[in-house]
Amino acid sequence: MKAVCWNGANDVRVQSVPDPTILNPRDAIIKITSTAICGSDLHIYGGYIPTVQQGDIIGHEFMGEVVEVGRGVNNLKIGDRVVVPSTIGCGNCHYCQHDMWSLCDNSNPKGWIEEKLFGNITSAIYGYSHMLGGYAGAQAEYIRVPFADVGVVKVPPDLPDEMLLFISDAIPTGYMGAELCDIQPGDTVAVWGCGAVGQFAMISAYMMGAEKVIAIDRFPERLEMAKKFAKAEVINYEEVNAGEALKEMTGGRGPDACIDAVGLEAHGVGLEDFYDQTKQKLRLETDRPHVLREMMVACRKGGTLSIMGVYGGFVDKIPFGAAFNKGLTFRMGQMHGQKYMHLLLQMILDGKLDPSFVVTHQLPLEQAPHAYHIFQQKKDNCIKVVLKP
Amino acid sequence: MTSTSGDKLSTSQTEASEVERWASLIGGGAMVLMGLRQGSLRGALTALAGGGLIYQGATKQSTIQQAQEAIGINQPIKVEKTVTINKPADELYRYWHNFENLPTFMKHLKSVNVYNEKRSHWIANAPLGNSVEWDADILEDRENEFISWASVEGADVDNSGFVRFKKAPGDRGTEVKVVLEYNPPGGALAATVAKLFGEEPEQQIGDELRRFKMLMEAGEIATTEGQPSGRS
Ligand SMILES: [Zn+2]
Ligand SMILES: [Zn+2]
Repeated sequence: MKAVCWNGANDVRVQSVPDPTILNPRDAIIKITSTAICGSDLHIYGGYIPTVQQGDIIGHEFMGEVVEVGRGVNNLKIGDRVVVPSTIGCGNCHYCQHDMWSLCDNSNPKGWIEEKLFGNITSAIYGYSHMLGGYAGAQAEYIRVPFADVGVVKVPPDLPDEMLLFISDAIPTGYMGAELCDIQPGDTVAVWGCGAVGQFAMISAYMMGAEKVIAIDRFPERLEMAKKFAKAEVINYEEVNAGEALKEMTGGRGPDACIDAVGLEAHGVGLEDFYDQTKQKLRLETDRPHVLREMMVACRKGGTLSIMGVYGGFVDKIPFGAAFNKGLTFRMGQMHGQKYMHLLLQMILDGKLDPSFVVTHQLPLEQAPHAYHIFQQKKDNCIKVVLKP
Repeated sequence: MTSTSGDKLSTSQTEASEVERWASLIGGGAMVLMGLRQGSLRGALTALAGGGLIYQGATKQSTIQQAQEAIGINQPIKVEKTVTINKPADELYRYWHNFENLPTFMKHLKSVNVYNEKRSHWIANAPLGNSVEWDADILEDRENEFISWASVEGADVDNSGFVRFKKAPGDRGTEVKVVLEYNPPGGALAATVAKLFGEEPEQQIGDELRRFKMLMEAGEIATTEGQPSGRS
């Protein structure tokens, strides 16, 4: 089959690889009909995620059709149309059973790497480094889905892929980002990053009762999308000082909750950004925590930071005094897709949510290298690419 | 105690705290402490099971140590590791108690044959396609709680171990603790056996316990071996 393989920083290629096979009883093989490039795939593309190896198939947001099931899977049959969550959960461990699927104990066969780095093992994610399991990713014609009897969501045949694909990753990530804010009536929520996850976080924040949502980005087309589809007020941080603007827009208080939908490759302005970029290039820090810092200073006293952007390692120069003295609450983590997908599917079926607006590009799988390039460089107003195998 | 060698126990302070920990995890008692002062798990387990064999266990250990020192190897591999499994103790105990099940999750074992209630025959994978074998006896067996075993006289590798099952607080299942000790013998086998667990025995035992957990909780062991990639 054809698959998108990582070959080094800023070098992905479409290669011929063997088809996946059933390896365990609870496996299924899915023929992929649509797969997206997630913003967090750019961290891999750029070479910022450790333990990605040359030749790894990447990608974790996907849907398709069941073509083979293992003998331990009796709730799926060949021909079922399904959306698969990007994080892999066994359904049996303490964490899965308490709806914390991204903290699954049993899905990562290379857990010792994480145990050394993080002290514990979290769930595996398709195509997202060997530290997170080393599973082959979704930007391919077929994929092996482990523990396919749990988490996988069957979807009706009558809606187009673009309406359903994002319940695999981007929508539950945004939704969980808003849920972690514990939004109260009248709250103002600020969202850093207006990619797909940021957009869905804003929409979710309104659904949960936020009175005002403020979007922060530097690309006009993204801010335009946030205004139009997510009904957000916007700040372009290259034009105004985001911290001061946020204060002015919240009566001098600061937002009640702040969502980081950017992660480890955040861009800032000025000296501090140069400091981060340099340290990251020299591998003296793994992550650029610009958004984290800004959120800690901008948030109102007693407010909440909800961190959905991906961080992989160490961050530097964190204004911890601000967080401590202001009594901030930090909530974060990879999303628990399996917890939210049925709910989100129902919203789509009920006509309460149409996520297809985020798709700016639809390209054949063969054009993945071009897609990564324009997405990374924010060329051609690229916000979300769907690849068609 | 992490993967450590006898010579790290040199200060009396370390020794005291080690003894305390080992005593508490096995169950206490002066006999056990005597066994542990010799730094031998086998001694402790034997003491626990029979009492009368402590002296022999301790002497044997010191003989091995003398031999090891003579050929420059005094690195018994001693590891302990605990994992919490979301299953009741009796289920886990039952699976473990049939030693023939151990190779399903312990990659370093090729096979275990159970002869009778007490004795079993173990074959372990050694580097370069070699294998090492020994007979082992169960020393103590407390249903749903504790199993200890040790190799018998004349084993390729003198080794001993125990597994303990203890209810975790709340609804978290069972805490499963494993302690293993392998004493590399003298002679040509020594180097081979020293590599039984690779560079990091602690990690390997951890991996094996994690596979046990996967098998017990999820019914299968997560793997990525045999999946496609773009590596040629
Ligand atoms: Zn993603
Ligand atoms: Zn799990």
